[in-house]
Amino acid sequence: MAKVPKPSELELQHELPKTEWMDTPSVFKPGNFSYPGKAKNLKVLGLANPREWSPNDQDWKLPADWKNIVLEGLRERIDKYRTLKVFMDICVRCGACADKCHFYLGSGDPKNMPVLRAELLRSVYRKEFTLAGKIMGSMVGARDLTEDVIKEWFMYFFQCTECRRCSLFCPYGIDTAEFTIIGRELLNLIGCNIDWVVGPAANCYQTGNHLGIQPHAFKDMLEFFVDEIEAVNGIRIEPSFNRKGAEFLFVTPSGDVFADPGTYTLMGYLMLFHEIGLDYTWSTYASEGGNFGFFTSHEMMKRLNSKMYAEAKRLGVKSIIGGECGHMWRVINQYMDTVNGPADFLEVPKSPITGTTFHNAASTKMIHIVEFTADLIKNGKLKLDASRNDHLKVTYHDSCNTARGMGFFDEPRYVLNSVCNNFYEMPANTIREQTFCCGSGSGLNNDEFMEMRMRGGLPRANAVRHVNEKFGVNTLSCICAIDRAVLPTLMNYWVPDVSVYGLHELVGNAMVMEGETERTTDLRGEPLPGMEDNENEDI
Amino acid sequence: MGIKFSLVAVVGLILAAYIGVTAAGLSHFFGVSMPYLAMILFLGGFVYRVLKWGRAPVPFRIPTTGGQEKSLPWIKHAKFDNPSTKGQTFVRMALEVLLFRSLFRNTKFEIEKGHKLFYQWEKWLWLASLTFHYCFLVILLRHLRFFTEPVPFFVHGLEGLDGFLQVGLPGIYITDGLFILAVTYLIIRRLIIPQVRYISLPQDYFPLFLILGIGLTGILTRYVYKVDLIKVKTLTMGLISFHPVIPAGIGPIFFIHFALVCTLFAYFPFSKLMHAGGIFLSPTRNLPNDSRIKRHVNPWNYPVKVHSYAEYEDHFREKMVEAGLPVDKELEEAPSASAKP
Ligand code: HEM
Ligand code: SF4
Ligand code: SF4
Repeated sequence: MAKVPKPSELELQHELPKTEWMDTPSVFKPGNFSYPGKAKNLKVLGLANPREWSPNDQDWKLPADWKNIVLEGLRERIDKYRTLKVFMDICVRCGACADKCHFYLGSGDPKNMPVLRAELLRSVYRKEFTLAGKIMGSMVGARDLTEDVIKEWFMYFFQCTECRRCSLFCPYGIDTAEFTIIGRELLNLIGCNIDWVVGPAANCYQTGNHLGIQPHAFKDMLEFFVDEIEAVNGIRIEPSFNRKGAEFLFVTPSGDVFADPGTYTLMGYLMLFHEIGLDYTWSTYASEGGNFGFFTSHEMMKRLNSKMYAEAKRLGVKSIIGGECGHMWRVINQYMDTVNGPADFLEVPKSPITGTTFHNAASTKMIHIVEFTADLIKNGKLKLDASRNDHLKVTYHDSCNTARGMGFFDEPRYVLNSVCNNFYEMPANTIREQTFCCGSGSGLNNDEFMEMRMRGGLPRANAVRHVNEKFGVNTLSCICAIDRAVLPTLMNYWVPDVSVYGLHELVGNAMVMEGETERTTDLRGEPLPGMEDNENEDI
Repeated sequence: MGIKFSLVAVVGLILAAYIGVTAAGLSHFFGVSMPYLAMILFLGGFVYRVLKWGRAPVPFRIPTTGGQEKSLPWIKHAKFDNPSTKGQTFVRMALEVLLFRSLFRNTKFEIEKGHKLFYQWEKWLWLASLTFHYCFLVILLRHLRFFTEPVPFFVHGLEGLDGFLQVGLPGIYITDGLFILAVTYLIIRRLIIPQVRYISLPQDYFPLFLILGIGLTGILTRYVYKVDLIKVKTLTMGLISFHPVIPAGIGPIFFIHFALVCTLFAYFPFSKLMHAGGIFLSPTRNLPNDSRIKRHVNPWNYPVKVHSYAEYEDHFREKMVEAGLPVDKELEEAPSASAKP
């Protein structure tokens, strides 16, 4: 892994290169690219051209007719996606999107301006598919598809987190993430992908989740958290697994099962469902909410996502609840029903506690746990003591996917305001639909990419630093598993005194449960406000 | 390079028209053939492009949501930034097309020492762009008086309104001045904002120079050379009634103006100017965010290879049974070679 410069040494400049972008080579340096997909993972998924290779090699060992494969792939996709077809033609290069990308802001590399990222592909389209491009070539921004272009695509389509902030600001809604998604599909056709995407995807395909947690281990891990909860409040929870006939299936990203601080969020889920007596089950087969297939191709997204409905059907549940995650929810909101529906074997979700029917999920039959909880709180079904979170001064990070792929803003804020007393918003330009990415989404949350992650995360961290300095904020809350995995590193780098919390961890802290023993600590074992003296006592 | 190329192209067009009508006797070409050709290319090209786009399916419903979704009844829904019905989407599109809603969000970043980022107010592009497009529209509509007899009331109305605000010089249209100003601003910003200059191609400069050329020659035609508008109208009415005539004595400046306009029309369908049509087809804007409520069908959805539960259980059955997890097939029913590591 590359050494990451200290924040004070991180050079940040937006000078443009002397050379035109087409003549500026892309240089793979430690910290600016992710390691390539391992052959064994490609084989599990049946992806093309499994081999050992490195972006630093001169020879990428592409298939002999790689050029044809890519051009045919492009032709096919232009006819299949109206987004691509229209966006190829209508960009006026006004530059409104240019400084909206966190990777451009944090790296200063002009090819990270969304418009140029799209031009990387558009230039080849012009050459191959337009008359002017064929005749006038580089005069009209057209260029041949060469191996260097492939290398450049690999560099910049894996330096985009598909966050769609650019799309919000574009006067025509040109979505550079579409270029990235389809660009990655094309790269996958000739075996150019990154292991941090295909590894988890292969795990998920075979074992049921990104981390490759096997069924017995999955159960063990959840039982470990059951013990942890008992240690905090004396309540013994008994989750069930793969249980037929439960009312709900609950699916959440496996990251929450695996590592702090997501695990505390998971404890929050367990506590909530126990407290309201929900008839639900976990599944070890559909034990992944996230979908790294989405960062490979539309097809792989569908292949991995299929487990949710398949398992819901097998278990005979009425509907599905999904945990806190970003890209998982973009897939559920904008793709799932289309690719794997119709879910006509399920019922429109209805909260058994409040009686509320979730008409907004009438077709997918799947609801977000935060809207479920918001409804519980609104109907007074939870006993909450927000002062238990008084040691936290909280701000909230909207994750890109729930923000610009859903519009999920006020549900989490309502819950947040109900479970904590000190909530401060970051500046308006950096939240809600204008939110900045964590810098590590879409499968880029690996260690070797760390310098770019810290750069790409700068705009987000910068906004957190603002509320940290102004209001003393020490808690960054979120509803995304990738955020929980990557924001602690980002905060540690830019704003070291801020910790990261999932929303349901805060719910778990504040919830007064039936029959609980006196609480002295929060879920992390940190003393509650006013309980600091008890710190050394056993709990 | 792109700048020079585009400038030379526009100047070349001007010279060609000038020499053509003054020295080469090509009045008929510039007055009759070129406009017909341009209109054929424009209409044919426009329709062809839109149909071509429209033929591509919309596999997924992926609006970029710009506000609170429709959720529980007590949560305020941002109807027009995150529409959930066709009607609301129509309003969103109207805001985009008529007011450039998305461009209005624009900001400009600034970096201070210590890695501090700021996002400044930046509405000039929006303002200039909106001014440019509306002036273009008004000017275009005003030109209808050359193609109609009698001239419709709203054209007179526009002229009145446009001229009503006149200051000093009689007969100068406000829109003419604003139009030139706005186009000049768009050119200058393209030249001086380093990032925008870096991404600009010849096809970005060319329409701007062409449109500026149209504006300037138009003003010259009207105010400086005072071309005989009655004769111009004879020509234009001849064109649209398919009995073209070229009255003698129309100054060359008119032909230059006319040639540039024809070029713009002919060029339009094959250029980025097609954003005018494309914006209506943009799937991130023209679809409601309702794919959890109603199923969106992908016409080319196809079955894919999945890892079924049965395969999964075959793989892990022994471990599952050992851990007390329920299984569909007990160990003894399943083929013995099931449990792999
Ligand atoms: C539905 C109608 C249209 C809409 C909604 C629309 C919208 C826009 C927007 C939002 C921009 C970006 C801002 C800018 O760069 O100025 C733009 C640019 C531009 N539009 Fe339009 N437009 C329309 C029709 C037209 C037409 C009919 C023309 C005719 C010539 C035109 C010419 C241009 C040009 C030349 C630019 C680029 C300006 C530059 O390079 O800076 N537009 N348009
Ligand atoms: S904002 Fe849209 S039209 Fe403008 S340069 Fe970016 S992608 Fe192109
Ligand atoms: S989707 Fe996000 S990361 Fe990708 S180009 Fe747009 S703003 Fe940048």
